[in-house]
Amino acid sequence: MSALSPTLDAAMAAPARGVDTGLRRSRPAHALFVLPFVGLYAALVLWPLLQGFWISLHEHDLLSDEHHFIGLENFANLIDDEFFAQVLWNTLRFVMISVPVFVVVSLALALALNRPGRLGALLRGTFFAASVLSVTIVTLVWRLALMPERGLVSQLLAPLGLGEVGWLTSERLALPTVALVTVWWIIGLPMMLFLAALQQIPADVHEAAALDNASRWRTFTAVTLPALARTVALVAVIELIRECQVFPQIMLLTNGGPNNSSRPLAQFIYEQAFVQLSLGYATAASQVLFAIMLVGVSLQLWLERERKERA
Amino acid sequence: MSTAALTPNPTAAEAGAPARSGFDRAVMALLVLLALLWMLPLLWVLALSFKPNEFLMGRTGVFLGGPYTLENYTDILGTSMVFRWLANSAGVALAQTAGVLVLSSLAGYGFARTEFPGRKLVFVLVMFGLAIPSQTLFIPLHRMFAHAGLQNTFAGLVLPGLAGPFGVYLMTQYFRAIPAELEEAAMLDNASRLKTFLFVILPLTLPAQATLAIFTFLGAWNDYLWPLVIATKPEMYTLTRGLASTQTNFAQSEGLGFLMAQAVFAGLPVLTVYLFFQKYLVSAVAGTGRR
Repeated sequence: MSALSPTLDAAMAAPARGVDTGLRRSRPAHALFVLPFVGLYAALVLWPLLQGFWISLHEHDLLSDEHHFIGLENFANLIDDEFFAQVLWNTLRFVMISVPVFVVVSLALALALNRPGRLGALLRGTFFAASVLSVTIVTLVWRLALMPERGLVSQLLAPLGLGEVGWLTSERLALPTVALVTVWWIIGLPMMLFLAALQQIPADVHEAAALDNASRWRTFTAVTLPALARTVALVAVIELIRECQVFPQIMLLTNGGPNNSSRPLAQFIYEQAFVQLSLGYATAASQVLFAIMLVGVSLQLWLERERKERA
Repeated sequence: MSTAALTPNPTAAEAGAPARSGFDRAVMALLVLLALLWMLPLLWVLALSFKPNEFLMGRTGVFLGGPYTLENYTDILGTSMVFRWLANSAGVALAQTAGVLVLSSLAGYGFARTEFPGRKLVFVLVMFGLAIPSQTLFIPLHRMFAHAGLQNTFAGLVLPGLAGPFGVYLMTQYFRAIPAELEEAAMLDNASRLKTFLFVILPLTLPAQATLAIFTFLGAWNDYLWPLVIATKPEMYTLTRGLASTQTNFAQSEGLGFLMAQAVFAGLPVLTVYLFFQKYLVSAVAGTGRR
């Protein structure tokens, strides 16, 4: 709501009481407005969600479609599965590397680019541009750029003696490399969220700080950062939610290797279903992802509500 | 110093310290450098896509000069199915965008501005959908669609994208913020509810429609997981899915120049659209952040 002008907000506050009688009278026919969407939503989201949960209680072969009920056995097997533990750990590592980098880099960019003028706009557009590229183009470009010896990165780093590093083929480096490529790809959205938040800090706060002859660093830590605290948390949670689901760029850059060192949870789900053909086990793993998401999204909604109440 | 005081709405960066100091200039110079570095992989691929494959076997360090050729691009046009994939992607993305706009506008209005039995419960159920990841749905969805014979069909590619609740969330928020007086006046003139919606309220939501259209189009254009499982025949691939299939035999037969030309060819349409719509996209993203 705060995205609209204050005049609009004021206008809607005044007559609200008289409206209830006429416009908001309950009529079953009004449900026709929401019916087309709700019908599709029930059929293509809620129903598959229930079905997925039901399938996770079965042993179910994708090709023969044979299945029998086994209760919670799939979930019990997941707990004992070392491979599943590894993909969970990989996903967690990916989140732990990428989310802090996302927050710090996008905040730094937003602070530096929060200025009027053409150059600022041009630079904002540049850092956002890669976000519109599809994942296959991003991975194609970076597979080429990260080739040992012949790739762009190797050539740039050759003077440092890093010309022959296998960025995507080393067990230690593969996952962090993909995380950094992901940051390069979609840094635009968090940067824009920070820019929007910066625009909302009242200018007089900074003017007062300037009059007090506060140093840049002091102004930043005492004024700007506290005003941004909630946005920092929001960006962290949004990226957490996105990166928990990480999959296509890993599949295309390293295919989960080397030696499973970069294989994430979502790829495990996909492969259990469409390579191992065991739908029950795959959907059980997907319920784990759903549970993680529920926690993350609840956190995000809570943060957004707090922010709105403050505004 | 005086500039900061005179500007009606100075930004944080300017007001925070004596304006346009040497520090400011140094930061900007650094940022320009960083931006160039940021774009370097794309420029490198663009430059090398115009060089012969045999030349690239030897060295890839040369940006400018050296032999030029268009053979990599003519190879794409002649041999692969990219045009088919491009058309599929455009069709799917446009159909999904149109569908989402219509469905979300209707539902958003219904939830925000009308009352009917069970409205609150249904709304909560729909918002619950924001927390459901696509990886939890795609296996049962794939089964449903396979049973219904929708694999490798246009409808199969488009339909799941229409049921996402983000658009309804966005439009409901937006409809809520429109003053009720406008609607009341129209209703007093005995206009029907549908007419009021179509001719009075809907035109006011154009900015939100633009935001939603951009997000939906980009999301559909870049989707990977669903086309991966629902389109198994190459002629039904989307561009994103199709390019992935050509990457599996990476750096073997086709040559670096060909791969680079492919990346350029596939990336250029979106980047061009981005250049034209940049202003709207940037304000759209900022708008959702403020919500």
